[in-house]
Amino acid sequence: MAKVLVDADQFRRTVARIAHEIVEHHADPSRVALVGIHTRGVPLARRLQGLIREYSGAEPALGTVDIALYRDDVGVGGRRRSVVPVVGETQLDFDIADHAVILVDDVLYTGRTIRAGIDALFDYGRPPLVQLAVLVDRGHRELPIRPDYVGRNLPTSRAERVTVHLTEIDGVDEVLLEEEAS
Amino acid sequence: MKRRSLIAITDLDRADVARILRTANRFSEVMGRDIKKVPTLRGRTVVNLFLEASTRTSTSFELAAKRLSADVVSIKGSGSSLEKGESLKDTVLTLEAYGPDVFVMRHPHVGACRIAAKHTQAAVVNAGDGKGEHPTQALLDLYTVEREVGPIDGLHVAFVGDVLHSRVARSGIAGFRMMGADVSVVAPPTLVPRDLEDALGASVSADIRDIADADVVYVLRMQMERMGRGGHVPSLREYAARFGVSHERLRPGQRVMHAGPMNRGVEITSALADDPQALIERQAANGLVVRMAVLYDLLAGPEDAPAAREALASVTAA
Amino acid sequence: MSGRLVQRPGAPAGLVIRGARVLDPAAGIDHVGDLVIRDGRLGGRPDGLEVIDGTGKVVVPGLVDVHVHLRVPGREEAEDIATGTRAAAAGGFVTVLAMPNTEPVVDSAAILGSLLETGEREAAVRVGFYAAITTGQQGEGLTEHGDLADSGAVGLSDDGRPVTSARVMLRALQYQRAAGLPLVLHEEDPTLSGRGVMHEGAISTRLGLEGIPSVSESVQVARDCALAAYEDARIHICHVSAAETVEELRLAKARGVRVTAEVSPHHLCLTDAAVEPEVDPARFKMNPPLREPSDREALIAALVDGTIDCVATDHAPHAAQLKDAPFEEAPFGVIGLETAFASCFTHLVLPGLVPLEVLVRRMSSDPAVCLGIPVPTLADGAVADLALIDLEAVERVGEHPFHSKSTNCAFTGEELRGRVLLTVANGQVAHRRTA
Repeated sequence: MAKVLVDADQFRRTVARIAHEIVEHHADPSRVALVGIHTRGVPLARRLQGLIREYSGAEPALGTVDIALYRDDVGVGGRRRSVVPVVGETQLDFDIADHAVILVDDVLYTGRTIRAGIDALFDYGRPPLVQLAVLVDRGHRELPIRPDYVGRNLPTSRAERVTVHLTEIDGVDEVLLEEEAS
Repeated sequence: MKRRSLIAITDLDRADVARILRTANRFSEVMGRDIKKVPTLRGRTVVNLFLEASTRTSTSFELAAKRLSADVVSIKGSGSSLEKGESLKDTVLTLEAYGPDVFVMRHPHVGACRIAAKHTQAAVVNAGDGKGEHPTQALLDLYTVEREVGPIDGLHVAFVGDVLHSRVARSGIAGFRMMGADVSVVAPPTLVPRDLEDALGASVSADIRDIADADVVYVLRMQMERMGRGGHVPSLREYAARFGVSHERLRPGQRVMHAGPMNRGVEITSALADDPQALIERQAANGLVVRMAVLYDLLAGPEDAPAAREALASVTAA
Repeated sequence: MSGRLVQRPGAPAGLVIRGARVLDPAAGIDHVGDLVIRDGRLGGRPDGLEVIDGTGKVVVPGLVDVHVHLRVPGREEAEDIATGTRAAAAGGFVTVLAMPNTEPVVDSAAILGSLLETGEREAAVRVGFYAAITTGQQGEGLTEHGDLADSGAVGLSDDGRPVTSARVMLRALQYQRAAGLPLVLHEEDPTLSGRGVMHEGAISTRLGLEGIPSVSESVQVARDCALAAYEDARIHICHVSAAETVEELRLAKARGVRVTAEVSPHHLCLTDAAVEPEVDPARFKMNPPLREPSDREALIAALVDGTIDCVATDHAPHAAQLKDAPFEEAPFGVIGLETAFASCFTHLVLPGLVPLEVLVRRMSSDPAVCLGIPVPTLADGAVADLALIDLEAVERVGEHPFHSKSTNCAFTGEELRGRVLLTVANGQVAHRRTA
C-alpha cells in the first residue's frame, strides 16, 4: 500500500523553499546553472528556474544530464537487470566553466546516481562549483555525498520505496512511500 | 550468466531496433563534445575476432568499444591459431579463459557466430558471417535513413545488384521490412537467390527502371571475389550498362546508399558516389555510434534472451 | 556369381516369442501366435527353449539396409565394422551393405578381401561390401569389375560422388554384361550442385547458404536411365531426394528401364525447414540435402506406389568435432541405422501416410530384392532373420547412448515410437534390448 508522504500543496511549498535557499546562497543567480538529472530531475530543475527568476529577477541557466553512460554497474554480472536502461539526453548549452552548477534530482538515496552525474558533468567542462539539490533525502548513502538543498528528509528502510510523481510526467505532484514488493 | 547476442537482425524486434537507434542518437551527441569517451564499459573486455579481411568494420567496432572505455583485444585472421588447424570452438574456448564480455566476430562461414555463442558466456556480435548476415550494417543503414530521410515506416527501399552474395542485403532487406518499409530488389536474375520473394518478402525485378518508385536506392557491391569464374553476368561492362546506378537513372530526391567498398564504374558511377545527395559517407560515419549503441544494449540490458524479450515487451507495452 | 555376405560366427538362437503379431507382408504372413526359433531356424518344437513374451509386440522379417558407411578403412574414429553392425542390429537390421568411399577407396580385390576377413571376425549382422566403379572414385578408369565380382563385391558404386562423365558411365553399364554386378548410383550433376550445402530454396536464400538445386539430381538420373535403357543394364539409384527425380523414375520404369531406387528415412521424414532455427544445424547437413515439403510428399507417395523400391539409411557417421563446425565446413551425412524404423514408423505410419505392411516390405524384403541378396522371411523352415518390435514404446533419441561411434543424428531430441527389442540375424541373436 502506498502512503502519501508529501501531497501537492506541501510539494509546491517544498520546491519554493529550495528556490529561496538557492537565491539566498547565490548573489548572482544568472551565474547559476540548474542541471536536472534524468528523468524527474529535469522538470524539477525547470520549475526551480522559473521560481528563481520570479524571486530574483535573474535567469539561471538550465541543462539536463543523463547518467546512463556513467553508471557503475553496466555489464556487471550477478546484478540482473530486466530492461536496458534508456540513454537520455544530455544538454548543457551554457559555458560550464562559467557557472555554478546545481545538480537537481528527485530522490537522494545511495548517492551513486549523483556520483555518475558529477562524472558526466566533468566530461563537458570544469565548473567552478557543483552543488546538489534534491526533493527528498531518504538516507542509506553508500558514498560520501551530501545535498546542499534538501526538500524533505525522510527516514526510510531499505525495504521501502520512495516514488516521486510530477505533474509534467505523472499528472500529479506527490511523494509516495511503498513497501517493496519482494 | 549467458549474455544476449546479436547474430541475425531478426534476433531483434521492432522495439529493440527503435531502442538501439535512439541510443545511437545519444552517442552521436557524445561524439560532438570535446571528450569523446564515456566510462560506461570500464573494466569490460571486448574481443574482436576477425577471421576474414575487414578494415572498416573492425576499426569501427574497435573505436566503438574504446569510446565506451572497454578494453579491446583485436585478433585478425592472419597469423591466428585458426590457420594452424585449430577449430573455431577451441579458439573461442581459449579466448573465453580471459573472461571477455563481448565477442565481435567476423567469419567466412555462415553460422559461425552461433557456434561461438554456444561455447561462450560472452555476448556475440556478428560482424559478418560469410554470405549470411551483417546485422550492425543493417542497423546503421536504418539509423542513417531515419536521420537523413525520415521515418522508415512506409518508405520504399530498392536494393540493386548482387543480392546472391550479399550479407548486407540479407540483413538489410529483413531490417527494413521489420521497420515497415517496402523493399524491392532490382538485379540480373543470375544474382538473385531462389525464392527470394518467399524468403525475405522483397519483390523482384530485372529492369533497372523499376528503381523509379524507390525513396532509397541501395546499391550492392558486385562481389567479384565470390563469383569465381561463375559467369553470373556476361561481363562487367554489360552489368554496368544495364544495372549500374547513375544520376541519369535517378530522379531528384532519391537517396543512394552503398555499404562499401565500392566498385566505381561498375555498380555505381563515380560521380554519383561522390554526390552529397548520396548517403554513403553518412553510413560510414554512423557505423561508430550504432556499434556503440549495440555494445551498450547488449551489456546494459538483461542477460538471458527470453527473459529479456519479456521484460522489454512489458516496457514497450507500458 | 553373387556378392559375399559375412558375419562373425556365433551360437544358433533358440527362443520362443510368445503371443506376438507375426507380420511378413512379402510372404503373406500376418497372424498372432508363437514363433519358435530352434537351432537358428524358424519352426520346430518349443520345448526347452527360452520364452520371450511378445504380447502386443510385432515380429517382422529382419531389416535390410543396402546403403551404409562403415568408414573402414581410414575413418575408424567415426565407425568400424563392429560398431556399425552393432548399430545395425540395434535398429533391427540383419544385413547391411557398406559403401566403398573409404580411405583408401575399396577399388581392388585386395582391399575388398581384407574387409571381408574383418567382417567375418567382427560383424554382428551380415555385411556385404560394394567396390568402386572407377579407380579411386575419380570418375575415370574402371576398376576391375570382373575381379571384384569374383572376390565377392555385392555391387559397384562411386557413392559420395557422381560418375560425372557420361562416357565412363556408359562403359560401366556395357561391362556389366561381363561382370554382372549392379551399379549403384549417387546421382548429382556437379556443375549444378557446385559448392552447395543445402537444398536451394527460400531457406537457403534466407540463410545465405549456397543451394543444391533439385534438378542437379534429376538431370543425372534422367541421363543414367537413358544410358541404362540404351545398354539394357541394371541400375539402382541411391538416396532419391527430389520430386523431379521421382518423375524421372516413374517415366523410366514405365518405359521398362531396369532401374530400382532407394530413399532415406531422413528425406522421408524431414524437410529443409529443420535447418533454419537450429543452433546446431550441421546435423541436418547431408547430400542430397533435405528438401521441401512438396518433395517429401512426392517421396512418400513414390515409396507407397513402388516407384521408389526401398528405404536405405545412408548411415554416414562423422566424428563429433567435424560436425561442430559452421554449416558450410561440416561434412555431409547423418547416422540412421538405430533410428530408421522408429523415425519412419513415427513420421509415416502413425500419421497414416504409409501402411505398416508397406513400410516393413520396403525395409526388409524389397531392398534385398533390389540388390539380389538373400531375402529375409518368416516362412517356416527359413533361417531366422527377424526383429521383434514394440510399437508402443516411446523414446527420446539420444537419451539412450548410440551403439554407433558417432552421434550425428538428425532425429536427436525427437520422441520416436517403435523400439527394437530383439534382432536375430542369420540365425544368431544379434541384439537384445535389456532396459
